[in-house]
Amino acid sequence: MAAKIDYPLAAGDKGLTNAAKPRISPALTLLAGWLVPGAGHLLVGKWIRALLLMIAIIGMFAVGVALQGKVYTPNTGEPLDMLGFAGDIGSGLLYLLARMLGWGQAPVLIAVADYGTKFIVVAGLLNIVAAVDAHSLASGRKRS
Amino acid sequence: MTISHFGAVLLFSLFTSVVFGITQRSEPRMMIRFGAFCFALFVCGTIIASWAMWAIKH
Repeated sequence: MAAKIDYPLAAGDKGLTNAAKPRISPALTLLAGWLVPGAGHLLVGKWIRALLLMIAIIGMFAVGVALQGKVYTPNTGEPLDMLGFAGDIGSGLLYLLARMLGWGQAPVLIAVADYGTKFIVVAGLLNIVAAVDAHSLASGRKRS
Repeated sequence: MTISHFGAVLLFSLFTSVVFGITQRSEPRMMIRFGAFCFALFVCGTIIASWAMWAIKH
């Protein structure tokens, strides 16, 4: 017999009981949060958090690209590049957008470009943290 | 775009602290407190490490 999961209510859902609240799959929030920064929190009804996460992660990625940071590509054979790629891919669609538009492919010419590279990697890692947090909210592991 | 080293520290600390604050605490008040704590720790830690490197060199 399947156990009934008691999902937490979002802050704006005062009129709804847990039974009436539409349930969002935790896996879907994880996927959405990974693809678009903040989308996972948006799905669980935490729109202020979603907006702040979106601004912070996209802002960090944008500053990294503006500083001419490197966007890592897979299969270069270098272990450090592979780790960088693992961080970059955490940005989800932002990474694909960067690859499609050719951002971060030019050779590094200025000293602060290395900062940009780190900004891009950390933006991806932070996005993974945010997506996992959205998953925890959707599954009820995190109360609010 | 060019940016000073300290400007990069401030931007990095700000963005990272926002995410840490939201994801590592449950209550909004605690989120703000933890975010501010992380920001202060990032900035102060960087300044201390910078002076330590200067002291080692000299």
